[in-house]
Amino acid sequence: MDLTTRYMGLVLRNPLVASASPLTGTLDGIRQLEEAGAGAVVLPSLFEEEIAAEAERYDHLTSANDDSWPESATSFPTLPELRHGPHHYLDLIRAARAAVDIPVIASINGVTSAGWIDYAKLIEEAGASALELNVYFVATDPMRSGREVEQRYLDILAAVRKAVAIPVAVKLGPYFSSLGHLAVELQDAGADALVLFNRFYQPDLDAVKLEVLTDLRLSEPNEIRLPLLWIAALSGRVTASLAASTGVSTATEVVKYLLAGADVVMTTSSLLKHGAPHMATLLAGLDAWLDAREFGSLAEMRGLMSQRRLKNPEAFERANYLKILAGYDRG
Amino acid sequence: MIGKRTTMDGNTAVAHVAYRVNEVCAIYPITPSSTMAELADQWSAEGLANIWGNVPVVQEMQSEGGAAGTVHGALQSGAMTTTFTSSQGLLLMLPNMFKIAGELTATVFHVAARSLATSALSIFGDHSDVMAVRGTGFALICSGNVQEAHDTALIAEAATLAARVPFLHFFDGFRTSHELNTLDLVADDDMRAMISGELVRAHRARALSPEHPFIRGTAHNPDTYFQAREAVSPYHAAVPAIVEDAMARFGTLTGRHYRLFEYEGAPDAQRVLVLMGSGAETARQTVATLAARGEKVGVLQVRLYRPFSAAHFLAALPPSVTAIAVLEQTKEVGAAGEPLYLDVIATLAQGLMNGQRASIPKVTGGRYGISSKDFTPAMVKAALDELAQPAAARRNSFTLGINDDVSHSSLAVDTTFVLDTSGTTCAVFYGLGADGTVGANKNSVKIIAEDAGQYAQGYFVYDSHKSGAQTTSHLRFGPAPIKAPYLIASAGFVACHQFGFLERQDLLRVAAPGGVFLLNSPFGVDATWDRLPRPVQQQIIDKRLRVFIIDASRVAQDVGLGVRTNTVLQTCFFAISGVLPRDEAIRHIKESIRKSYARKGEAVVAKNFAAVDGTLACLFPLVIPAAATNPAGRPPIVPADAPEFVRRVTALMLVGRGDEIPVSLMPADGSFPSGTAAFEKRNIADEVPVWETDLCIQCGQCSFVCPHSVIRSRHFDETALAGAPATFKSAPVNARGYPEARFSLQFHVEDCTGCGLCVEACPALSPRVPGLKAINLAPKAPLLADARLDLAFFEALPVNERSRVDFANVRGVQFLEPLFEFSGACAGCGETPYLKLLSQLFGDRAQIANATGCSSIYGGSLPVTPWTKDRDGRGPAWSNSLFEDNAEFGMGYRLAADQQLGLARTLLAQLAPVVGAGLAGAILAAPQIHEFELRAQRARVALLKAALLALDSEPARDLLSVADHLVRRSIWIVGGDGWAYDIDYGGLDHVLASGRNVNVLVLDTELYSNTGGQASKATPLGAVAKFAAAGKRVPRKDLALQAMAYGDVYVAQVAMGANPQQTLDAFREAEAYDGPSLILAYSQCIAHGIDMRFGMHQQQLAVACGYWPLLRYNPALRAVGRNPLQLDSPRPTIPFKAYAYNEIRYSSLTRTRPDEAAALLAQAQAAVTGKYRQYEDLAARDGSRFTPDGSRFTPDGAVALPAH
Repeated sequence: MDLTTRYMGLVLRNPLVASASPLTGTLDGIRQLEEAGAGAVVLPSLFEEEIAAEAERYDHLTSANDDSWPESATSFPTLPELRHGPHHYLDLIRAARAAVDIPVIASINGVTSAGWIDYAKLIEEAGASALELNVYFVATDPMRSGREVEQRYLDILAAVRKAVAIPVAVKLGPYFSSLGHLAVELQDAGADALVLFNRFYQPDLDAVKLEVLTDLRLSEPNEIRLPLLWIAALSGRVTASLAASTGVSTATEVVKYLLAGADVVMTTSSLLKHGAPHMATLLAGLDAWLDAREFGSLAEMRGLMSQRRLKNPEAFERANYLKILAGYDRG
Repeated sequence: MIGKRTTMDGNTAVAHVAYRVNEVCAIYPITPSSTMAELADQWSAEGLANIWGNVPVVQEMQSEGGAAGTVHGALQSGAMTTTFTSSQGLLLMLPNMFKIAGELTATVFHVAARSLATSALSIFGDHSDVMAVRGTGFALICSGNVQEAHDTALIAEAATLAARVPFLHFFDGFRTSHELNTLDLVADDDMRAMISGELVRAHRARALSPEHPFIRGTAHNPDTYFQAREAVSPYHAAVPAIVEDAMARFGTLTGRHYRLFEYEGAPDAQRVLVLMGSGAETARQTVATLAARGEKVGVLQVRLYRPFSAAHFLAALPPSVTAIAVLEQTKEVGAAGEPLYLDVIATLAQGLMNGQRASIPKVTGGRYGISSKDFTPAMVKAALDELAQPAAARRNSFTLGINDDVSHSSLAVDTTFVLDTSGTTCAVFYGLGADGTVGANKNSVKIIAEDAGQYAQGYFVYDSHKSGAQTTSHLRFGPAPIKAPYLIASAGFVACHQFGFLERQDLLRVAAPGGVFLLNSPFGVDATWDRLPRPVQQQIIDKRLRVFIIDASRVAQDVGLGVRTNTVLQTCFFAISGVLPRDEAIRHIKESIRKSYARKGEAVVAKNFAAVDGTLACLFPLVIPAAATNPAGRPPIVPADAPEFVRRVTALMLVGRGDEIPVSLMPADGSFPSGTAAFEKRNIADEVPVWETDLCIQCGQCSFVCPHSVIRSRHFDETALAGAPATFKSAPVNARGYPEARFSLQFHVEDCTGCGLCVEACPALSPRVPGLKAINLAPKAPLLADARLDLAFFEALPVNERSRVDFANVRGVQFLEPLFEFSGACAGCGETPYLKLLSQLFGDRAQIANATGCSSIYGGSLPVTPWTKDRDGRGPAWSNSLFEDNAEFGMGYRLAADQQLGLARTLLAQLAPVVGAGLAGAILAAPQIHEFELRAQRARVALLKAALLALDSEPARDLLSVADHLVRRSIWIVGGDGWAYDIDYGGLDHVLASGRNVNVLVLDTELYSNTGGQASKATPLGAVAKFAAAGKRVPRKDLALQAMAYGDVYVAQVAMGANPQQTLDAFREAEAYDGPSLILAYSQCIAHGIDMRFGMHQQQLAVACGYWPLLRYNPALRAVGRNPLQLDSPRPTIPFKAYAYNEIRYSSLTRTRPDEAAALLAQAQAAVTGKYRQYEDLAARDGSRFTPDGSRFTPDGAVALPAH
């Protein structure tokens, strides 16, 4: 079965991509994912903020008491090899590229404009196959307009695009007034791919201790509908590649995303739950589904159920919504 | 060849050479030499090669004795080998030094000379350690400044190879070892030129080798030993000429010339000083000034002290000399004089007898600079002036720099005599350890010397606290080399980085008239003047000081630097001192910031840049009124009703005037009053605890964990509230059955460090206000006045009766008075809560042997002592012997106590008919386990003593002298892991194996905390520490299991942050157990790289992951047929990583060596899992796997219950 696909100009042996997770943060994990059949891997995001915070924490905790009393000017050894900053991330890119044949996609999450550009350049120099911009930005400021938020995405992309030649993807959240329009704008600004969607961190509250809970919840298959809608809606309407992310647990979700028109399907939660070999299970499931329906290649089925190719494209739109509600009322 | 000019301290300058000309370095950390070893280790880790292209190996040992043994072995195996040490460390090397010298082995030991512990320990510099080893056969060579120390390190190395006599190269601890000064480095090629390859090969050829075997280290009989000792004589006799030759060759190579004895001064001098070390530098400068005035004076600096070359000495001394004063930094009690004095007299006498001199000058001896006592030009002049006195009036064995009003040995010193320092900028900075002042000043010295091409000197003085320590930086800059190894007495620039200092101390006495005063003030340019105490205002006016104000804390806060005001204040210094043009200075500061902080990340660099840029706009000149305006002077440093010793002695030390204390006020035997820390009131916390009475569940957790004994609880009848201040807080006691009882929690806010451990320990959360607990931190300033009143009222409330307190739970313990309070330990210290608990439970009958280390420093460093007394005047009796003998020292306590108890019991039985058979019988039969039993026994013993006082008999007087032992004494042996696991491991093992009733408390920080975080054998696998920068590769020693192997040792492993109740139980069981007890107490430390506020949480994680299983092994349980081992913590619930990677000591490895970090983490996890299983297995069985407890079996085979 020919499962090859093209994702932002890269040829992948299959459309399954291991997205950023602790598994893709180690060379062993990346090797295991390749072995299990991943078409590509996305490394964990390089967080500019985290790098700065770590450096400051290190500085504070190792030197806050320096030169305070006569018996010891320091309480921690000088570590000549110590380098704060993205060095280890870049080392991981280099090592991963040398160790595996599948594309290695780096990811960054900047805070300052310099952070986006500098890190993008370093990542390109380190040999990453492509770059994913993880624009993790929850627009909680009521003084900031929707247009301003969109412009921020576009500005970041433009700056990075100018700085590097490797393919660039933008991972974004669903909360835009006109996502389709923004998708086109991003494409025009140089995005080679769009990753739908970023699951923004959603805190919970502890009603007993009156604390904000910061635990991470893995995505569930029932969360695929929103990205599925937008993959279907954008497939064929934008030239940028589309990556579906969120809620992939079994091959069923993979198939659905591909039917909707995704070029690749990304998964994290299922791999974290079941380990790297689960990638092989997903792949086998996809293969079996295609086989059962006697598809000759992935290309034959991809986008079969995108909005443009459906006979009743309004199924993805408001009319369908009203129908569901009406049905619900009757039930 | 001219080497690179740079600026470094003496330790670095020496290590720079020693590292390059050696192959093996075996060391043990000790102040003030530790830096040399740490640098060597760091360079080795970096792969820096020596002059032969190899990377030297640096090995940390378990003690200096071990280091010396390793050095000896490496030398016998032909390696170029060195070590670095000081003081007690040098004494521990003594036996090997005799061996090394006896075997004619080439090596150089580099010694930052330091005081020896006598009635007191001192980490500071003098020559008493070196003088104690002068009989070893080592050549002793002394250097007097940083350049000299650097150069002499090489000269000594060259000479030892040629002479085959080992050398001890020494320089003044702190004054030289820690002084930053400009020097020219010896180029590596010059080192190669100095160190003969042929001699190195000859050194190797003398090594042991099976290829050409011989025997060395034989035992002799009377027939040969004597001759063998004499056989070395020619080698020692040749040393002076060899050193002279090495000095000459060195001079040719570098242009810096040295002599064995360096004379300077008038060629026809009549009065000459003889001395060595940094004091000689001061003497030279002073003599130059006086000689220029026409005085016939000179100074002879001794460099090669042993072998003492009479010929060179006599040749160097002008024949015109009629009077000599030999000045020494040591005191040799009972001798006819100090060692150099005797050498000089003997040499002169020999010179006269041999006809080399026509007459003998009058020679007197004097002592100066003991324990880094400042030695000034005025003191040099005083010594020379004394020589101008008629011979009969001259004092011998005089002292300089102190007021000896007992033996009247002191020479009067004219403090107005100063050397001309025009051309030199002198600046003095007063800061806090935590604000980075010293670091910034070290940096300024580098900038001025290395970037701006001037000469610079930096010397730093610290107080003895580990939290809130005051630092004083003395900086000199100028176009000529700075040769002034003494403190600045008159500074053109004075900076006070903490406003509060002005309210306690007279800082401006050091300000030169017309100088500049930079003040970090939170009160702004308008309000600052009125806040200055009147004496400060008057000094500013009288001295016509120009004053500049900056709110450095605000600037630092604004840019995110927190309390680190160093960059801000450094910028101010450069902006207003005029040392460099302002723009140039700022450029240099920024370059330096980039250099210093680049490794720490761009964000840190950026913040410091922002601080530089934001400073100048916030720096304002202060307009000085014509007259002082503040009616208020400085508040008294201690209350008027403080004990006399505190008022007359302690108070002077507290305001930085300890040098003025006369000899008569010093306890001659080192005995100081307890409890003086209560008078210090350091006020170092900006935020202090505040109590929410409604939320509090009165559990006592907050006071249990408080490292500084700041939190106190008391319960009392509500009628006691009469007259309470309006702000005094109390709550009904929340236990049934006490309807009229109140509970109060109070805080010694002036002694609090603001660590926040109490807040984190508090389990009571508000159900209505997010984040509010029953105890919270709040800014202190607005609370202070009320807090003082509240505390005074609280202190007047009746102390809770110990016999009515439930010792068995944490809640009860809060009502026991801590007899260890307000120490200078770090904020959030993990050790001190255990000591406080010890003092609460057993303090009124405890005798404590404390190993040297953090706990002896915060426990026994002047000016104040945290060990205190209860209302009845009882409290822990505490002493520190040494680092290496503490277990044995405590064992001595036990033996004496047992012996005196035996004597008391015998005498009491004998005197029973006189004192009353009932009383005697009751005393002799008294159980003394529970507090009420102890209380009853105390009452009986008091009756007995009263009865004995009325008797006039020898047995009665004898019994009176030992009657206190009839109350069960609690012997505690306390120390850190460096003591227990390393240096006194053998002693501890022996004491534990003795069966004697001693209680050992190991405050286990898993590294050498006091000397700066060096690895010990308690350091865990995978943790980074000094000498384990790549992560420790072997697991920590399981001392608990080793102690259990004896069968009769009570062993507990505790972590109060994880289970305070288990800690309490362990302390009580250990103390009650009639045999040896060992408690290993997990103690968080700043060297772990954690936020200390969460130290107790980290303890929880250490236990939760199984790394630190809580356990108790109680041999007494065998008497009832139970397994003595009880595992008190559950199976691991989190991975080791979840605990370890909260700490930089572990996580930093992921940044430096990620692959190795991962491998070590896996190994560490396996070790943790395996260790837990091992304990679980032992605890789950019937206990038969443990060694039988032989000491508990009676001859007929019945098990003996422990007697108490």
